[in-house]
Amino acid sequence: MAAVQDGQMELDAEKETKPEILSDGTSNLSGNTASGTLSSSPLTAAPAGGAPKMEDQQTLIAVLQFLKRNKLTDSVEILRREAGLGEDQEDSQATDGSGGGKGDVDGGDANSLLSRVSITSAAAPQSVIIFHSIIFFYSYRFGKVGGADDQPDVSVVLSAYSQQGDPSLYQVYYSGLKNFIESVLDCHRAELSQLFYPLFVHMYLELVYNNHENEAKAFFEKFSGDQECYYQDDLRVLCGLTKKEHLKGNEVLLDFRTSRFVLRISRDSYQLLKRHLQERHNNQIWNIIQEHLYIDIFDGMPRSKSQIDSMSGSLAGEGKREVNKAKVFHGLLKEPEIEVPLDDEDDEAENEEGKPKKKKTKKDSLGSKSKKQDPNAPQQNRIPLPELKDSDKLDKIMYMKESTKRIRLGPENLPSICFYTFLNAYQGLTAVDFTDDSSLLAGGFADSTVRVWSVTPKKLRKVKSAADLNMIDKESDDVLERIMDEKTASESKILYGHSGPVYGVSFSPDRNYLLSSSEDGTVRLWSLLTFTCLVGYKGHNYPVWDTQFSPFGYYFVSGGHDRVARLWATDHYQPLRIFAGHLADVTCTRFHPNSNYVATGSTDRTIRLWDVLNGNCVRIFTGHKGPIHSLAFSPNGKFLASGSTDGRVLLWDIGHGLMIGELKGHTDTIYSLKFSRDGEILASGSMDNTVRLWNSMKAFDEVETDDFTATTGHIHLPDNSQELLLGTYHSKSTPVTHLHFTRRNLLLAAGAYNSQ
Amino acid sequence: HQSSTGREERRFAEVPRESIKLMAESTGVELSEEVAALLAEDVCYRLREATQNSSQFMRHAKRRKLSVEDFNRALRWSNTETVCGYGAQDALPFRPLKEGELFFVEDREINLVELALATNIPKGCAETMVRVHVSYLDGKGNLEPQGTVPTAVQSLSEDLLKYYQQITRAILGEDPHLMKVKSVSHDLDQLNRLLHMVKSLVQNPYLYLGSYVRSLVSSVMYCILEPLAASINPLNDHWTLRDYAALLLSHIFWTHGDLVSGLYHQILLSLQKVLSDPVRPLCSHYGAVVGLHALGWKAVERVLYPHLPAYWANLQAVLDDYSVSNAQVKADGHKVYGAILVAVERLLKMKALSLTLAAEGSSAGLPGTTTGAVGFRENSPGLSPPPEPLSEPPLGIASHLQAGGAGCQWEEWTPVSLPAMYCELYSFFGDSLAVRFSTDPPLGGAPPPGPCQPLEGRKEPASSAPNLENTRKMPQLTASMNISPRQDGSPRMEPQPPSLAATVPGRSLSRSSSSSSVSRSRSSSSRPGRSTSQSRDIFPKSRFPLPQAGPPAFSFIIGGRQMGRRCLGRRFQTSFTPTPPLTTLPPRAYAHKLPVIGRVSKPVRRWTCSHYSLHLPL
Repeated sequence: MAAVQDGQMELDAEKETKPEILSDGTSNLSGNTASGTLSSSPLTAAPAGGAPKMEDQQTLIAVLQFLKRNKLTDSVEILRREAGLGEDQEDSQATDGSGGGKGDVDGGDANSLLSRVSITSAAAPQSVIIFHSIIFFYSYRFGKVGGADDQPDVSVVLSAYSQQGDPSLYQVYYSGLKNFIESVLDCHRAELSQLFYPLFVHMYLELVYNNHENEAKAFFEKFSGDQECYYQDDLRVLCGLTKKEHLKGNEVLLDFRTSRFVLRISRDSYQLLKRHLQERHNNQIWNIIQEHLYIDIFDGMPRSKSQIDSMSGSLAGEGKREVNKAKVFHGLLKEPEIEVPLDDEDDEAENEEGKPKKKKTKKDSLGSKSKKQDPNAPQQNRIPLPELKDSDKLDKIMYMKESTKRIRLGPENLPSICFYTFLNAYQGLTAVDFTDDSSLLAGGFADSTVRVWSVTPKKLRKVKSAADLNMIDKESDDVLERIMDEKTASESKILYGHSGPVYGVSFSPDRNYLLSSSEDGTVRLWSLLTFTCLVGYKGHNYPVWDTQFSPFGYYFVSGGHDRVARLWATDHYQPLRIFAGHLADVTCTRFHPNSNYVATGSTDRTIRLWDVLNGNCVRIFTGHKGPIHSLAFSPNGKFLASGSTDGRVLLWDIGHGLMIGELKGHTDTIYSLKFSRDGEILASGSMDNTVRLWNSMKAFDEVETDDFTATTGHIHLPDNSQELLLGTYHSKSTPVTHLHFTRRNLLLAAGAYNSQ
Repeated sequence: HQSSTGREERRFAEVPRESIKLMAESTGVELSEEVAALLAEDVCYRLREATQNSSQFMRHAKRRKLSVEDFNRALRWSNTETVCGYGAQDALPFRPLKEGELFFVEDREINLVELALATNIPKGCAETMVRVHVSYLDGKGNLEPQGTVPTAVQSLSEDLLKYYQQITRAILGEDPHLMKVKSVSHDLDQLNRLLHMVKSLVQNPYLYLGSYVRSLVSSVMYCILEPLAASINPLNDHWTLRDYAALLLSHIFWTHGDLVSGLYHQILLSLQKVLSDPVRPLCSHYGAVVGLHALGWKAVERVLYPHLPAYWANLQAVLDDYSVSNAQVKADGHKVYGAILVAVERLLKMKALSLTLAAEGSSAGLPGTTTGAVGFRENSPGLSPPPEPLSEPPLGIASHLQAGGAGCQWEEWTPVSLPAMYCELYSFFGDSLAVRFSTDPPLGGAPPPGPCQPLEGRKEPASSAPNLENTRKMPQLTASMNISPRQDGSPRMEPQPPSLAATVPGRSLSRSSSSSSVSRSRSSSSRPGRSTSQSRDIFPKSRFPLPQAGPPAFSFIIGGRQMGRRCLGRRFQTSFTPTPPLTTLPPRAYAHKLPVIGRVSKPVRRWTCSHYSLHLPL
């Protein structure tokens, strides 16, 4: 029965209020408003019966409009018919609407209101129970359609911030809950403590939203100290925000309000909480929990404090378990079969020593390795990839040759480190990239330039002008050599074009192109044959923090201040995919080695993995306590490493969607991460002027991936950073901006010397 | 509206409504209290928001310091006008005004005309470049980990460590090798800076150096004695460096000598070792001599003087080699020669002085002498600054050290009487020594007439050559005696000469490398005349400004007792005597361009060079 009868809630023209649907007429709280503090609440559903008021008529119309807009014609029909029949029918009508139209959460869950304390496990066996029995079909008041992309079933989440409790009582509510949580058993306390932060923020925002400035300040003063230290940054933002008007401009907070903060709580703890709230009739808090939190209930032992802490810290709470359940094809694509020429000198030398058989077996092993299909690999043509050109094949051959000479790294055999120091970079070095074969080095600078250096003795040359090119004999064998203009040979070239600091650079795998992303909101594609700009991709209308080419070329991804990552193809001026879901800036973007996925790190302290094929978010990793500034996939595609401003590196198992390691040691932002070519070693470079090497092999091996952990997602991380740390290498005064392993596993580091 | 950013006690900056009102008034708008308050609050929030946004630009620029540019970017993206004029990289000093609560960013006026016409054009920024180096081989540092503190300093306390870091940063800039002088021995500037650092360390009264004195001394000694890589290039003025280092050495010694027992001995020993090692290059010898000189005349007397005869032969050999290939070495040789000469001169003077004082002590009368001595002392700082005043009081220390030090090979050393010493020295230096005493212009400002001295110079060989034995008096000496106002004022000394005279010949005979020097001096006799006249024309007056330097009594003695047979000395030496006073000649200017003495006009800043820079126009 419709029951939004609070007079304070203004019904704006653009805002249609939809009555919540109570499938069970008895389960209402109307009798529970004994506190009297809530003048009204969406929960206080009026019992069915009684003549429909004007308001009800209006809401019915609104519902009809909404249903029409969503092309739920059947439901419209039903509603119209039934509304004509009488209000008694509304129940069934509405359930149809929601169920049929949206594939909503099953009705059983929707029933789970306060009164129904005991949820039969049969009704929702270890399934997610979503507490939005109250469903407002009304678009968000700022015209923003909220709701996380990954929960399309939940209709728009609404802030009922307009409904007012007595502002002075907020403190009472909060401290009441606080006292309760502090009094419960230890095992539950840690879990329930997760509520503090989201509740605090929402209550504060609610106060601000309703213009109770002084109460908001007092509330903040009183309780901000209780929050976990890793929320300090958020609190700093919050404390400045005291006016309703300020809320409008702050998109991060808007997102915070519209998306649901995800908590994972064991069933026992949850029921404790529920009982408490029910006994105290603490509706204000209950409202917030229902409207703004998403409580992911699991069966089993409550988690410990350290388990919770390792996963919390993001702006949106933890990732939902169900989100991380999607299948991810993290295997590598089959290598194309290329005839490796065997007239190689090295091979011959080997043959002289060994038997001719050896040669054969070797060839076979190479072939068989690539032929074996990884069970976790995506289909070869899951996403269309560019065909290999002859030059690519040549490069692959080079790569194979080089990899035979690769040094096998390990704890006893650490890589040598070569440091490329940028000198006289007064303008500020902001980004660095090496080509895969380590022949070129690109630097993006704060003065809007991109500079390319040749790291080998081979100088950089431009292609001749068109007129000169006409004179060339195109049939000659060395035509590729002839087209180059020897006069332009130099060690470095400067690319001008951006109008803001260049925050990301990336070479194409074939070394013909360079991408750069800049503060000016564009991504530019440069030709390394002519050293000119080919395309400027406009789409992000805000600074673009990072960009990267796909390992197969052609595609690239970019992420920026507009909180989305975009997938582009070099020959399209518009993005192919837009990955939206982060609550704050997308700070770094990385392609999975099989090019089917993209990982993005964000200022909202989460990492998301996106499927390139359909644009879905397939993983959400939480646990970082600061903005994420570096990401790296392991060469086998199974693992992901992430580094953030909190100086920690976290390791993730992509297949299981689990955090599997925490590497502590850095004292400042980690700007670069790289796995060695075989994945045994992880190198991390930081603002604290050090490169650290970690034993990633050991970290991966030690993970206990038993079924329980896999299904529940509860990890218990051993604190073994010190054992995993293989070495710390200092530069004198050069922050490490980029790391790169050559094909032979020499570690290259780059950074600008900082004279201050 | 920057006025209140950065107040710490609040959680964040707040702009008072007064500021808002003031600003509104400045644009001609009257604001009510309420509006101002609301505006102030909003401005605060917007500022904070912009600051928070700007931190993102900072992070992505991979910096730690928020720059004005970051803030401007944040403003630009929120469609706000940017703040102009604060784009400089340097920190902006934020100053309060004494009257009233006003804070402002200092903004000095710049004289553009001056800037435009300035001749010292600032160097352009060097090109951005990439340099590669293998930092760690196989995971092991092939260098010691950069940026870590050398082990020597690790034991220091926190404060000192900080101090150390400040110093290294200030002095060495990007060079990590503090105290490792060797690694920078090719770079004179670095060495110079290093020495200056040592000096300031030593002078810092709040720093207790303790046992670090020893390492400091060793660094300084290195600069004095070692054949630095920089010395290979004759253009490098490593002489000055050595002079300065020597000066510093004595300074360290006199101020901190008591911290390390036996330091004096060690220094002397090492100096002696260098001196007696003929394999060492001349610049090392030079350093040794200079070092000894800086340590005071006693040190010269102990080490250099007894060692001189042996050393002389080597030096002579160098000086007499006229081959072209030897030119450079020879120039160096003359440097050493000059240094020895100066050192010896001081030795004699000081010894005489001490004798005078001693005599004075016995016969408490004679005010003339006393004033003379005092006058000398008063003048001395100007003439030869630090070592001299220092050399007197700490003699006690020196002797104390001696007594305490183990293995004193000095004990057997018996002081040589002054006249004997003079005789012997004269046998080496000949007139050049004498002239240093005699040519003092006691007439105050009036310099001796230019032509007069060359005349003497020429005359001298003529007179000395024929009668080797008979010449008992140096013409210059007599002249100076005549001039000297107090020549008769110290008759006490008169009785001494005879006895001294008796001892002299024997010694000088036994020690001087007689025949060679004579023949050599003859062979070179034709040249010096010309060069002397040249130099004298340019520097007509003797610059050796110690009017009363040689107390009359002293010069009298010299005059009274003459040299032995060999003492006609090397004729050309005489001709160079005026050069030591050439205070204005920086040595480097002519170190390799011999004939151009006259052109050099750059005044020398360091007194040290003036003393030892004996130029030999050969």
